[in-house]
Amino acid sequence: MIVPRYTREIPQRYRLEAGRCKKCGYLAFPPRQVCPECGHREFDTVPLKPEGKILTFTVVHVAADAFSTQTPFAVGIIETDDGARLTAQIVDCKPEDLAIGKRVQLMLRCIQKEGKAGILQYGYKAVLAE
Amino acid sequence: MREVAIVGVGMTPFGELWNKSLRDLFVEAALEAIDDAGVDRIDSLYVGSMSPGLFVAQEHIGSLLADYLGMAGIPATRVESACASGGAAVRMAVLDVMSGASDIVLAGGVEKMTDGVDTTFALATAADQEYEAFHGITFPGLYAMIARAHMEKYGTTREHLADVAVKNHEHGALNPKAQYRNRITREQVLQSTMVADPLRLLDCSPITDGAAAVIVTTVELAKKLGKPVVKVKASAQATDAIALHARKDLTRIPAVEKAAQKAYKQAGIGPEDLNLVEVHDCFTIAELVVMEELGLVERGKAGEAVSSGMTRLGGKLPINTSGGLKAKGHPVGATGVAQVIEVVLQLRGEAGERQVSGARLGMTQNMGGSGGSCVIHILEVES
Repeated sequence: MIVPRYTREIPQRYRLEAGRCKKCGYLAFPPRQVCPECGHREFDTVPLKPEGKILTFTVVHVAADAFSTQTPFAVGIIETDDGARLTAQIVDCKPEDLAIGKRVQLMLRCIQKEGKAGILQYGYKAVLAE
Repeated sequence: MREVAIVGVGMTPFGELWNKSLRDLFVEAALEAIDDAGVDRIDSLYVGSMSPGLFVAQEHIGSLLADYLGMAGIPATRVESACASGGAAVRMAVLDVMSGASDIVLAGGVEKMTDGVDTTFALATAADQEYEAFHGITFPGLYAMIARAHMEKYGTTREHLADVAVKNHEHGALNPKAQYRNRITREQVLQSTMVADPLRLLDCSPITDGAAAVIVTTVELAKKLGKPVVKVKASAQATDAIALHARKDLTRIPAVEKAAQKAYKQAGIGPEDLNLVEVHDCFTIAELVVMEELGLVERGKAGEAVSSGMTRLGGKLPINTSGGLKAKGHPVGATGVAQVIEVVLQLRGEAGERQVSGARLGMTQNMGGSGGSCVIHILEVES
């Protein structure tokens, strides 16, 4: 992943910036140019609340090469308290502690090392609340 | 618009075919289809392939394959819709003939997956690269998340999932071109290696090399060729967000329902009229969710239906008589075409040991990604 590609995702990966539709209030993460609910084209930039709950999850045992040293690792679909949904790793827990409905917080963490140079790429991961 | 038929079918055996290249595979399947149809020319060609660029570092395969087929000069285009690429190629051929632009069209699909690339990475490019794959999720992982949500909401069990694989291997054992012709037990599925919890190795379709091709023409020309006329009664496609997290209900794949509703309407039939269905069982859970989206069973009841034997050969509605993606193999771009071939063979009464007796009306359901695209065909044999 070359530098411009990584850099332009930083507002979402580091700061959870989303777009809120000015007409119907739909919260788009990542931001979009056209609202999928009402077709409106104007959005306000808002940060997502970094808290939410697990809608579903898995524990990946066989991963692509870039993640092969991390296995097994949990990945879930998280719904934030303001209603956006995203996919993130769920870390700092045992797989048996995970359950649908459990509360999580989103934290800035290292996601993967890119390419032969091993450049660190950061983004959000979820940890169980409490 | 003109009525369309499928008059020729051809496919390579599916498997780990170390001695064959992408072009070898495609030409072998295409020649078999051309010979089966008995046509002396092809007006245009569509080839479905998910990612020849990643799997063998070859793009521009429409022209390459037309050339190696001895047909340089004809219009030839690669069609891509992730794992639904093959179905989409068939659909392009159907539209081409229907419109009157071409009379005889070859629709093929090919994938060469065993040349040593990181297949987990390549396949994950069918997911949202920046917002799913970036976080390490894999395709088994995405379907595992659908499975867990389905188990939670409807009480679908691990045994239900296993029974899909057991049934498809039972069928695959009867298909000479299937990658896996061994029968397996529920216990073997439940004890196989964990891939993405709760999905295990035997819940997953394999990595496969293979190609498949069909010849699409008008019903009028088909009659002159003297083959059983298998009519295309419906060709429908639908899309959805490719990111699973963007779907409202994680137990559903709405693109399948959308495509199915269009297809039933085009064909003027309902799910109760079908004699057999080939569905996109890339993972065991996919077969269950698709059965529900196609309206073959009530929502949440697909697991029980499979475990009851309803969808086995000899059951009320046989599903994946070819062995499905699970046992027949899943050379991604070829899959949608191979599904059409299975239904054509069944409707012609040429399916050998796995023949569904009296089959008249069949459906194929081909799906891309975690459900971001779906292509459905309904075929009927003229009596």
